[in-house]
Amino acid sequence: MDDRDVKGQRLIALFVLGCLLFNYPVLSLFNVAAVAFGVPLLYVYIFAAWALLIALMALAAESRR
Amino acid sequence: MLQGHLIVLVAFAYLGLLFGIAYYADYRADAGRSIIDNPFIYALSLAVYATAWTFYGSVGRAASDGIGFLPIYLGPTLMIALWWLVMRKIIRISKSNRITSLADFIASRYGKSALLGGLVTVIAVIGILPYISLQLKAISTSYAILLQYPEIRMPASAGVERLATDTAFWVALILAAFTILFGTRHLDAAEHHEGMVAAIAFESLVKLLAFLAVGAFVTYGMYDGVADIFSRARADPQLNPLLTPLEGVAGGYANWVWLTILSMFAIMFLPRQFQVAVIENKDERHLNKAIWLFPLYMLAINIFVLPIAFGGNLRFPGGGVDADTFVLTLPMAAKQEGLALLVFIGGLSAATGMVIVETIALSTMVCNDLVMPVLLRLKGLRLAERRDLTALLLGIRRGAIVLLLLLGYLYFRLAGEAYALVSIGLISFAAVAQFAPVLLGGIFWKGGTRGGAFCGLVAGFFVWTYTLLLPALVRSGWLPEDLVEHGPYGIALLKPLQLFGLAGLDQITHAMIWSMIANAGAYAAVSLLGTRDPQEARQASVFVDAYRQGDTPGAPFWRGTASAGELHRLLTRFIGAEPADSAFREFARSRGLAWPSGALQADANLVYFVEMQLAGAIGAASAHIMVASAVKEEVLSIEEVREMLDEASQVIVYSHRLEQKSRELERATEELRTANERLKELDRLKDDFVATVSHELRTPLTSIRTFSEVLRDNPGLDPAERARQLGIVIKESERLTRLINQILDISKLESGNVEWNPGPVDMEEIVGDTVAAMRELFKENRIELHTRIPEHVPPVIADLDRIVQVMLNLLSNAMKVCEPGQGRVEIALTRGGDFLRVDIRDNGPGIDVEDQDAIFDKFRRAGVAGVGKSHGTGLGLHISRRIVELLGGRIWVVSTRGQGTCFSFTLPLAIQVAVQHQVLA
Repeated sequence: MDDRDVKGQRLIALFVLGCLLFNYPVLSLFNVAAVAFGVPLLYVYIFAAWALLIALMALAAESRR
Repeated sequence: MLQGHLIVLVAFAYLGLLFGIAYYADYRADAGRSIIDNPFIYALSLAVYATAWTFYGSVGRAASDGIGFLPIYLGPTLMIALWWLVMRKIIRISKSNRITSLADFIASRYGKSALLGGLVTVIAVIGILPYISLQLKAISTSYAILLQYPEIRMPASAGVERLATDTAFWVALILAAFTILFGTRHLDAAEHHEGMVAAIAFESLVKLLAFLAVGAFVTYGMYDGVADIFSRARADPQLNPLLTPLEGVAGGYANWVWLTILSMFAIMFLPRQFQVAVIENKDERHLNKAIWLFPLYMLAINIFVLPIAFGGNLRFPGGGVDADTFVLTLPMAAKQEGLALLVFIGGLSAATGMVIVETIALSTMVCNDLVMPVLLRLKGLRLAERRDLTALLLGIRRGAIVLLLLLGYLYFRLAGEAYALVSIGLISFAAVAQFAPVLLGGIFWKGGTRGGAFCGLVAGFFVWTYTLLLPALVRSGWLPEDLVEHGPYGIALLKPLQLFGLAGLDQITHAMIWSMIANAGAYAAVSLLGTRDPQEARQASVFVDAYRQGDTPGAPFWRGTASAGELHRLLTRFIGAEPADSAFREFARSRGLAWPSGALQADANLVYFVEMQLAGAIGAASAHIMVASAVKEEVLSIEEVREMLDEASQVIVYSHRLEQKSRELERATEELRTANERLKELDRLKDDFVATVSHELRTPLTSIRTFSEVLRDNPGLDPAERARQLGIVIKESERLTRLINQILDISKLESGNVEWNPGPVDMEEIVGDTVAAMRELFKENRIELHTRIPEHVPPVIADLDRIVQVMLNLLSNAMKVCEPGQGRVEIALTRGGDFLRVDIRDNGPGIDVEDQDAIFDKFRRAGVAGVGKSHGTGLGLHISRRIVELLGGRIWVVSTRGQGTCFSFTLPLAIQVAVQHQVLA
């Protein structure tokens, strides 16, 4: 049951991380007229952060400690 | 080329393919070899979340709102992170309580309340109708547009056409027929639809591929990549603002947040999501993959949305082409017929997937939780006495499917044109979000009561209707505009879109805020102020404590009268004779009985078992009614139930703790006992040692002092006498020194702080040396000393000085016990195996058997009767034994009183040499 508790806690932490990444304070930082790779910064940020979050969730969910 | 016939043909071919996959999957499931018992299929089936809304509507929203379409997918990603806790619990509860639908779950939690089940069903049906109409709109619109190829013309608005020529109407009917074939061919006791799951997993792949294809084409075929699209957009003054859409507007962020929250609820509580995620789940462990695969799917299907949206805006400036159709009209504009057809199929796939699963889930709810409880209570129908009800159940479901699709079409005609696709969908999201407080509260808070759930749902649904449904009807012209503009009866505070003056928010956000406040508020307030009956309390405990339960949750609280035969007949009526028989046989076997026989008692467990089986077919609420009527239970008072629960849990906890404590106590006692014994022993040894050492030291010291005093007090002593006395002083000093050295030696040996120099040692030489050293002494005492040494003496591993010490000790012992003039001491060396043995034999008085072991102890001297020759310290043999043992050998004595003594010890040979020598004599 211990392993599962850790897994649950890690995923909760990722949930909180996601809430932070995709909400007001952090999001507004990227809401500027800048450009990365020719694409507006906000779009790049959101998709990159999303991909990162998914990768972390994959690690947390599939880990067998 | 893209004529109506071709399009219709391809569409039907695709639907036929889906049906074939479903049929095959069902066939495999019946044969026991399920093909959907696979985490990838599970994750793909979850993607039924992406409907025509995702396929067409996202681009539509992005074209006018930039990134504002994305929270719908970010929300589920976040929620899924919590699934490990929340969804696992829901799945576990559902499996052990044989839950068949969302309404069933809620009804079951709050005391198997048929009323709640019905209410949830009604809310779900009304709430989902807009969503279904959205799919119909998407299919019919995309068909109409494709038909116009190569022209790109938006179709006329919906309400204009007659029924018979309205594509959407035919689409509704065809989908109804298709869904009936999919999901109601037979009645499954657990509401599993393996075929359906396989088909929608496949269609999830199709829609993803179609979208990626058109996305790649637009981005790299029509333009030069994403950078190209966005740089052109930046150059366009109309499109530029879209690139930073969340700029500074408070409403902007609030909308973003609430949209995220809304979709977090939607991924849980949409009937189709609940169906595939919970009911159709084959294995809890599939969650592991689903947790990241499904968000990945959503990421993939959204990656090209923005490029397509901006590409469309650039290609079709001026709003002549509805942005919802960009996905289709862009390849059409580029004359890509095949791609356009693929896109159409992709959109069709997305829409049909949604319709099939959603209507099957809803029809199950309508049948089990709305219609059946009512029918069962109508005494007039005497349903309880009908022998076979499966046909009735299937009929109700099929009728429900047709009805749902027709109602969806109706909504489409009435209100479908008013909004863009996404807005329509969000209305449905907000409706199912009303289930959130009640369901989430239900699995985490035992205090949630049926009354609270009812009030919460009613309040939330009312606010939803008032703030979302009403305005939609107003906007479509079915209700006077005055209602929205000035509020009912002119009361400005009650304006549907600005309740109590809350302005500046998106319509959906506004509705969400107020409905959640009303819903959660009523739920909490009424629950806390109200009471629960025993059934509720039990169910609350079963749900909230699901992780702590075994497979069969809780001892049932029944007191009733029934017979096993009656229960069996009841079960047969609903699930058929064969399944009922096998279920009863299994149950009986678990009790060690046979069925049929008279032995099976209708006790609480059997009743519970039967109710569970029944619940799989007709839902928990109806099953409860049926069984209750058959069993004529007595209602336990809340007090009795509470007492039973409390007592049971207390006893369990108490006995647990007792067991633990007594085990710990035993362990501690044992450890204490052994420690005590050891301490006592060591204490005794220490006392002995200290006592003896003090004594031993005192004796020579006393002599030394005495004689020294004599010498001092008698200066005129005779020189010869003086010399003699001095001699004694010196000898005793020497003895004292020897003793102290030996004590130091022992302590070093015992603690391991010895300086060893082990190396190959020639025993022959040692013997020779010691004999030479002792020869004078032996001659003085007139004792013979012989040696018997073989020719080849192999070297041994030993410390030279220490072995000499041992030899001297043994020799001097031997000498001391021999009679002068008659004594004979012999030293013999023999080889045995891997050891060399040294024997020192004397013909002294011998040692008693009782003393032979003790003789190696500290301070023991052989008690020789009458002969007090104890010049030794009593430590010599002890030290010798220690030395020999530390070198890896053994030392022992063989003796008989009156026939001499033989001390022997062994030493290990130096290995490499040992191999080469023969066995010696």
